[in-house]
Amino acid sequence: MSLTTAHSVVAPSSNAKLIAGTIIVAYALISIVPLLWIFATSFKTPPDSIAYPPKIVFQPSIEGYCNLFTTRTRQTPEYINSLGPATGFCDETVRKRNMVIAGPSNFLPRFVNSLIIAFGSTFCAVFLGTLSAYGFSRFKVPLADDLLFFILSTRFMPPIAVAIPIYLMYRELGLSDTALGMILLYTAVNVSLAVWLLKGFIDEIPREYEEAAMIDGYTRLQAFWRTVLPQATTGIAATAIFCLIFAWNEYAFAALLTSGTAQTAPPFIPTIIGEGGQDWPAVAAGTTIFLVPILVFTILLRKQLLRGITFGAVRK
Amino acid sequence: MAEIRVQNLRKAFGAFVAVQDSNFVVEDGEFFVMLGPSGCGKTTTLRMIAGLELPTGGKILLGGEDVTMRRARERDIAFVFQLFALYPHMNVRKNIGFPLLAQGMPAAEIRQRVEETAKLLRIDHLLDKSVSGLAGGDRQRVALGRAIVRRPKCFLMDEPLGTLDTEFRDLMVHELRELHNRIHATTVYVTHDQMEAMSMADKIAVMNHGVIEQFGTPREIYERPATMFVADFIGSPPMNFLKFGGGLAKGAKEIVVQGAKVAVPEVREDIAPADMALGIRPEHIRFDDGSKLRGAIYGTEYLGTTQIVAVETADGIIKARVPAGIHLSPGEQVGLTLSSARLSLFEKGSGRAVRTAMHDQAAEARHG
Repeated sequence: MSLTTAHSVVAPSSNAKLIAGTIIVAYALISIVPLLWIFATSFKTPPDSIAYPPKIVFQPSIEGYCNLFTTRTRQTPEYINSLGPATGFCDETVRKRNMVIAGPSNFLPRFVNSLIIAFGSTFCAVFLGTLSAYGFSRFKVPLADDLLFFILSTRFMPPIAVAIPIYLMYRELGLSDTALGMILLYTAVNVSLAVWLLKGFIDEIPREYEEAAMIDGYTRLQAFWRTVLPQATTGIAATAIFCLIFAWNEYAFAALLTSGTAQTAPPFIPTIIGEGGQDWPAVAAGTTIFLVPILVFTILLRKQLLRGITFGAVRK
Repeated sequence: MAEIRVQNLRKAFGAFVAVQDSNFVVEDGEFFVMLGPSGCGKTTTLRMIAGLELPTGGKILLGGEDVTMRRARERDIAFVFQLFALYPHMNVRKNIGFPLLAQGMPAAEIRQRVEETAKLLRIDHLLDKSVSGLAGGDRQRVALGRAIVRRPKCFLMDEPLGTLDTEFRDLMVHELRELHNRIHATTVYVTHDQMEAMSMADKIAVMNHGVIEQFGTPREIYERPATMFVADFIGSPPMNFLKFGGGLAKGAKEIVVQGAKVAVPEVREDIAPADMALGIRPEHIRFDDGSKLRGAIYGTEYLGTTQIVAVETADGIIKARVPAGIHLSPGEQVGLTLSSARLSLFEKGSGRAVRTAMHDQAAEARHG
């Protein structure tokens, strides 16, 4: 744009853009510093991680990652020397601290639990949500408004407010510490969000598409599958990402209801204990790895996420 | 192709009656237009024929078969929507072939049929384009293609030209009628635009408040409107009304309007004294200083070959269509002569047209 361009009444002035840009950059920095700190800590040695004053420049080490994935036992130097040469990089690293690798840690199974529970509950919530949203959007459901309000009302309180009754129910039903129990729970929490979000998206898809398909020889289910779903993908993706973020990050229920076989990564990571207290590099390494799936998922679907956030802001 | 027979069709949404006791027959291969203002029930009637709404009462027969309660997909009809409803996630070829896919037709045959259809509509060069990039007229053609590819019993169209630019619309009116002349498909077409209706239809049903006010050819509807609503709705500018009082006796050939005697087509029924209206098309008024029916020029609207002249009479403004060459200035007093053979008479209360020699002549002409 040249300087002769007429001043627009809607385009922001360059001053406003500068201020907005500064605020965004500042906010991004504030948000990213803790993440960078965690990332840096994951590559520190345990002494470096608790050094005072904190070390910004340090010799990187993968000890944190080694400690995250293994359990170790302390041995005498004589015993360690009697062993053959170290079998791998981690082996070598831990031997320097007079330890030998005893076996794999619980991190990997916990991480897999997280994947199963988060993706499983997201799938269920989005599946149920899409069908209910379609029903509410297209059919005359008796008391539709009341039902929708009821569905929304499950989100009026923080989910943890029902922790104690859920805990008791799950104990009676044998759902405590099971992946199924966690999937059901996260689905129940997320399905209300999914119904409301998806209803908005499906309302926006003109009925004529299904009507055209139904006149052209398709059943309603086929019409839904072939004409509504392909057009609702943006909404489904946005809903899926919101559900996944909740289920992936959820800590309180997971800490309360899972302790062993079904434990997810969030309650597991803080319990990583090292020599003489918390093993901060291992905790940081766990956190870093834990961030990766959600980061990838978010980057892949960022357009849909943005659309989900600004949804309904502009009337077409 | 098939005939469509609608009998006592009725649709109520709660207390609101959208369509009341409709009866009409669309003959095989006919282009039938339902015309009326928005909310008159024309689209609801169309959707009931399609099976997208179920009627509250009455019957719909397609080719002699009762389909009243059948599902849309079991009726073998095609529907063109106002917004076309082209699937944005499919290209033109897939959109047109979509109805054939439902029948489980082999891919090679679908391909062939789609290409034939596209040729017919002159859109074969667009087959592999995405529908979102198409211009309005081409979208319309694709929507038509999706309708005709299946060779259904009949076509239903819901204001398919409503969203097009005027330029495209005139072109599509022409194309639609030409297409109809080639494939002779029974067509039900819904519109609120009288020009579309008049230029395309074989038969028109004019609807208002869920009631069919008149069913007939465009000529019948224009020349012999059955009700004051039809007379007012059709024509631009619409028919003029001048009120007169008193009853009419069978055989009367003259009425008195604003103190002037006006010859009218011979009345063929007795009408009890009531408020009446004389209906005059603007082109049936001539200026004649000798006439006792008088008015003052109010304004003129120049249209090239003709002009619309508004004349203020004792009974309000009426509009005349006269040659553009006549020079008139506002305020000028003029006498009005009416073409007696073309006048309509209405009962003001019911809005119903009085039967006159004009109707009988038309009936004789039809049978003779």
